[in-house]
Amino acid sequence: MQYAILCYHHEETVFAWSKEKDAEVMGKLGAIQDRLLKEGKLGPSLRLMPTSTATTLRKDREPALVIDGPFAETKEQLLGLYVLDCSGLDEVLAIARELGHANPGGTYEIRPLHYFQAGKTGP
Amino acid sequence: MTTLANIGATLTATRPRVVAALLRYFRDLDAAEEATQEACLKALKSWPQNGPPRDPAGWLILVGRNYAIDAVRRQKRQEPLPPDDVLSDLEDAESALADRLDDAHYRDDILRLLFICCHPDLPAAQQIPLALRIISGLTLPEIARAFLSSESAMEQRLTRAKRKVADAEVPYESPSAPERAERLGAVAAVVYLLFNEGYAASGGTAHVRVPLCDEAIRLARLLLKLFPAEPEMLGLTALLMLQHARTPARLDADGTIILLDEQDRELWNPEMIGEGLALLDKAMRHNRPAPYQVQAAIAALHARAKRAEDTDWSGIDGLYAVLERMQPSPVITLNRAVAISKLRGPAEALAMIEPLAARLVGYFYFFGVKGALLEQLGRAPEAREAFERAIALAHTPAEAAHIRQHLDRLSADPGAARQLAKKV
Repeated sequence: MQYAILCYHHEETVFAWSKEKDAEVMGKLGAIQDRLLKEGKLGPSLRLMPTSTATTLRKDREPALVIDGPFAETKEQLLGLYVLDCSGLDEVLAIARELGHANPGGTYEIRPLHYFQAGKTGP
Repeated sequence: MTTLANIGATLTATRPRVVAALLRYFRDLDAAEEATQEACLKALKSWPQNGPPRDPAGWLILVGRNYAIDAVRRQKRQEPLPPDDVLSDLEDAESALADRLDDAHYRDDILRLLFICCHPDLPAAQQIPLALRIISGLTLPEIARAFLSSESAMEQRLTRAKRKVADAEVPYESPSAPERAERLGAVAAVVYLLFNEGYAASGGTAHVRVPLCDEAIRLARLLLKLFPAEPEMLGLTALLMLQHARTPARLDADGTIILLDEQDRELWNPEMIGEGLALLDKAMRHNRPAPYQVQAAIAALHARAKRAEDTDWSGIDGLYAVLERMQPSPVITLNRAVAISKLRGPAEALAMIEPLAARLVGYFYFFGVKGALLEQLGRAPEAREAFERAIALAHTPAEAAHIRQHLDRLSADPGAARQLAKKV
C-alpha cells in the first residue's frame, strides 16, 4: 500500500530555527531517508516553501479567483510530505514515529494513496 | 520528545503576537513585556513535562494575562497566589480564548505593537533597539553589544524611547485603512533599516552581522503573514531574502570584502533565492510597482545570473531608472552609474556621478565607485585621491581593507591595476 505522510508544523517556529538547528534536523532525517531508499520504501519527498509564497486559485467560480496565501489559515501549516510504500498502517506509523524523533514537534497526517504518477521533473 | 531548543524557537516565534495581545489588555509596554517574560518562564517549566500546547500563543497570552492580574491583586490585598499547577491545565480556557482572538484584531494588535516600537517620532537610533527589545526579545546586553554601546547607556536610550511612545498615545481603536497603510509603511522602513544595519554595519569590527539580518527577515515574514496580498510587503521580504542569500560569499576567510562580480556564486543560498524569486513573482502580479519591489527586481537579476558576466546590466539600468523616478536620490543614481559603467564604459559613468559630489561628500561608496572608475580610466593620481577619501569614510575595518587593496595595486603597477580594475 502506498501512503503519504503530510507534515504539519508551526511554520513560524520552523522558520525561526537557527541554521545549525536546521542542518541538524535535515541531517538526521537524511539518514533515515537514505535507509528507506535502500529498502525501496521511499518515493518522492519534498519540503514546501512557507505559506507566504502560496497562491490559491478558487476554481468554484468563473473566472477563477486568485488569492495570495494558502488555502486555509491553520494553526499548523502543511510544510512537506513523503510518499512511502509500506506493508500497512503499522509499518508506516513506525516510520512516522522514527521521522518524528528526528524532527520533534508538529503533527504528521498519514493518508493512503489512490493513485500515484511519479512524473518526470525534479528540482 | 520536546527539546529545549524547540521550545526556545516557539517562544521566539510567538513573542510578537503575545506581547501585542498583552499590550492591548494592559495598554502599557512595560506591563506587557513583564507578563510575557513571566509566561515564557512558566512555559519553560511546564512544556517539557506536559508537552507544548496546541496553540502556544494562546497559552502564553492567557498565562501572561493571569500573571499580571495576579500581580495587581497581590499589590492590592497581598492575597496568596493560586498554586502553579492550577495553571497547567488550560485546554478549555485555551480554546475559549482562541475563539475570542479574532484574526482582524490580532493583525491590528501586532501592527500596533510594531508601530509603537517604530514610531515616526523616534529617531532611528531608538526605533531599532526598541524593536529588538520588545518584539524580538533580545536582552539588554545583546542589544548594547550590537550597537557598541554600554549597557547603562542603552538602558537609558530604551527608557527614553518608551517614555516618548507612551506620550505619543497611539490609539487602541482599530485604525482606518489610510492609518493602517501609514503604520505599515513606517514599520517596513524600520525593518529595512535593521536589515541594512546587519548587512553592512555602520560601525564596529564585524562588517556583516547575520543575526540582525535574520531578525529583520523574521519581522518581514511576520508582516507578510499579516498582509499577504500587499505587494510592497512581498517586495520587501523578497528583497531581504535575495540580498541575504549572498551572505556566505560576501567575505573571505580573513573577513575581506568580496565584491559581487568576484563572489563564488555556488555559495549563494539557493533556497533563499528561490523563496525571494517566488515572492517577487507574486508581487509583480498585482501590477502596483513601488520601491521595494523594484529593488527586489534588481536583486533578482543578480541572483538569476549564473556567472557575473551573464548579468543583465541593461535590465538593471532600466530598473534603477524606474527607481530614480519613484524616489529621486543621489545614492540611486550612484548605483545606476555602476550599471552604466558595465554597459557603456567608465567615462560615461564618471560623468554621471560627478554632479553628485556635493551631495555625497560624506558617503563612503561614492568615493569607492569614483576611485574604481578613475582607476579603470588609468587616471591613477585622481583614483588614489578618491580612494584615500573613501578610507577616511570607511565604517568598518573590512571596508578600509578593501579600499587599501586598490591603493596597493595602484602603487605596485598602474598598468596591471588598470586591467584589474576593469573587473571591479
